Amino acid sequence: MIKTLLTGTAAAALLTTSALAEEVRVYNWSDYIDEELLEKFQEETGIKLIYDVFDSNEVLETKMLAGGSGYDVVVPTGTFLQRQITAGAFQKLDPAKLPNLKNMWDVVEKRTVQYDPENAYSINYMWGTTGIGVNVDKVKEALGDDAPIDSLELVMNPDNMAKLAGCGVYFLDAPAEMLPMAMKYLGLNPDSHELEDIEKAEEVMLAIRPYIQKFHSSEYIQALANGDICVAVGWSGDILQARDRAAEAENGVEIAFHAAKEGAQMWFDQMAIPIDAPNVDGAHKFLNFIMDAQNMAAASNYVNYANGNKASQEFLIEDVIGDPAIYPDEATLNNLFTTSPPAPKVQRVITRTWTKIKSGI
Amino acid sequence: MRRFAMIAVPYGWLAVLFLIPFLIVFKISLSDAALAIPPYAPTMKDGFGALLQGLDFENFVFLTTDDLYYKAYLSSLKIAFFSTFFTLLVGYPMAYGMARAPEEWRATLMLLVILPFWTSFLIRVYALIGILSNEGLLNQFLLWLGVISEPLVILNTNIAVYVGIVYTYLPFMILPIYAALDRMDDSLIEAAEDLGCSRMSAFWLVTIPLSKNGIIAGCFLVFIPALGEFVIPSLLGGSGTLMIGKVLFEEFFNNRDWPVASAVAVILLLILIIPIVLFQRNQQKQAEAEG
Repeated sequence: MIKTLLTGTAAAALLTTSALAEEVRVYNWSDYIDEELLEKFQEETGIKLIYDVFDSNEVLETKMLAGGSGYDVVVPTGTFLQRQITAGAFQKLDPAKLPNLKNMWDVVEKRTVQYDPENAYSINYMWGTTGIGVNVDKVKEALGDDAPIDSLELVMNPDNMAKLAGCGVYFLDAPAEMLPMAMKYLGLNPDSHELEDIEKAEEVMLAIRPYIQKFHSSEYIQALANGDICVAVGWSGDILQARDRAAEAENGVEIAFHAAKEGAQMWFDQMAIPIDAPNVDGAHKFLNFIMDAQNMAAASNYVNYANGNKASQEFLIEDVIGDPAIYPDEATLNNLFTTSPPAPKVQRVITRTWTKIKSGI
Repeated sequence: MRRFAMIAVPYGWLAVLFLIPFLIVFKISLSDAALAIPPYAPTMKDGFGALLQGLDFENFVFLTTDDLYYKAYLSSLKIAFFSTFFTLLVGYPMAYGMARAPEEWRATLMLLVILPFWTSFLIRVYALIGILSNEGLLNQFLLWLGVISEPLVILNTNIAVYVGIVYTYLPFMILPIYAALDRMDDSLIEAAEDLGCSRMSAFWLVTIPLSKNGIIAGCFLVFIPALGEFVIPSLLGGSGTLMIGKVLFEEFFNNRDWPVASAVAVILLLILIIPIVLFQRNQQKQAEAEG
C-alpha cells in the first residue's frame, strides 16, 4: 500500500485550460476515470477542475480528519465514509442542486445506506467485489483440471496453496478485506469484530502465509498480466484490467476473475463533499455532471467497474454490462457481503494481527 | 547587540521549527484518540484547565506492553548502525581518492558526488527497484556473466534496505571526510615516511587520526537520519523489515491513533538526542582545537 501511495501522490494530475476564476478541486482514486470527462466538465461548466489522485483510504482519511484539505469532492470507500461522517468531516448534499439524482440505482442505494443513512452525504461512484484472479493454465497445471478457481478453497486451504506457491501468489495488503475473507472460509460471520474470530482468521492466514509471495494492493495487476504469478487475491476491476492487458499483449496468458462462491466482499466508493469545502456550489455541479447517464457510462466503460447509476446502463458497452464479474447476476449479488468499520480498540487488534501475519512479529 | 542578534537567529530558527513542533507532538502524545477533527482529545478548544486534566502518560505505558515497539527500535538501531558502517567503508576510499586526486580534477569529482541530488530522492530509490528486482539489471547481468544460474532475491529484503541507505547517504559521508583530508598537510606523511613509517602505517598513524573528525561527522550525518528512515525500508524492504518509521506510519494511518504515533515519535527523538549531543560536543571540540 505504502509503495503505491508514494506514486499516487506523486502522480497528482493538474488540469488547466485557461485562467478561469472558479475552481473545483477533486480528490479521487488513481486510474479511476476517463480523463476526457475532466475536459468535458471544464468545457460544459467553465469551471477550472483540479484533479488529484490517491490510492489509499488511510491517506484520504488522515487528510479529512486533519481538516483544511482544500478539496471540494473526495471519494472514500463505504466503511471509511461512515467513520468520517461520524467525525463530522462531510456536509449534507443539497438535492435541489442535483437533478441527476433521479438516475441512481436503488439496488446500490439500499446497500450504501448502511454507511450513509438516507444517502444524505454521498453518492455512489463505483462498486465492486474482492475476489480471486487466476492464470487459468498455470493453476490447472499445478492443481489439475478440476482446480477450485471460484472457491476460497483455492487460496485459504494450505494444501492447495503449497502447490500454488511455486507459480506465485499475491494477496492484498489490506486486513479489512483479507481477514473477513478468512472468516468467510471458516463459515464465520465475515463482519465479526469479536476478538475470538479475528484470532481464528489469523490462524488461517498463518497457515497459508509461507506460500504467499507478497502482500501488495496494486502490483498484482502487472504481475498477473505478465504471467509472473498465477494467483492474486484482489479487486474485481484491477484483475479485469490484468486480463485485458494480457489479452492486448497477446502473451498467451489467460486471466479469469471469480468472486468466491462461498461469498465475496462488496465495497462502494462514494463521492462526498468535505465540511470545509471551499466551493460547495462547484462540488454539486461536479457531482451532478458525474451522475449524468452518459458521463457515468463513459467512466465505467473505461475502468471496468460497475456504477450505482441505473440510467447509465443503456450506454454501457456489452463487455461491461454483460460481464458477470462486473455486473453479477441476481444469485451472486445475494451472495455478496458488506462489512462495517471496527471500533478503535478492535482496529488496533486488526492492525497488530496483520503485522504479525506479514512479519511474524 | 550585534552579537545578540547573531545568536538569536539560529536559536529563533530552532524554537520555531523544532521546539514548538516538538511540544505540539508531545502534547498530542499525552492525549487520547478520538473520532473527530482533529482525531484526538482534549484540544485547546476545551479550555486550558480541561486540557491539562485530560493529559496522561497512558500511551507511553502502552508502548511497553507490546514487543513490537522495542523490537522495532532495536531493529532500526541495528540497521542504522550497520548501514553507517558500510557507508564509511565505501565512502572513506572515495573521499581519500578525491583528496589525493590532482588539484584540477577535484572540483569535477566533487560535482560528481553532489550530482545525484539533482534528481529526486524518490526517483533514485525507484531506480534501485529496477536494478535489484528479480528481473532487474543486476540479476540479468549476473545471469549473463554466468555467475549465478537463478536470480538472486535482493529486493524486498534487508539487503536491499542496506544498499538503499548506503547509496542515498553516501555523499553525507564523503563530504566531511573529504573536507578533513583536503585540509591535511601532505608534508606530515612525508615526515612519517622519513621517520621510518611504511606507507600503510603512515596511513593508520597519521591520515586516519587527522581525518577522525570528518569520520565522526560523516557517521552521525548518516546514522541519525537512517534511524528514522521510512521511505527506503517501505520501498525496498520486505514484510520482514521492521523499522520504527514504518511502525510510526501504521500507527498514524492504519490505526488512526495520533496519540500513540506521537508517543512513538517522542521516544525516537529521545533516542536520537544521545548521538546528536555527542555530535555537537565533537563539533565544539573541533572548533576549540582549531580556534
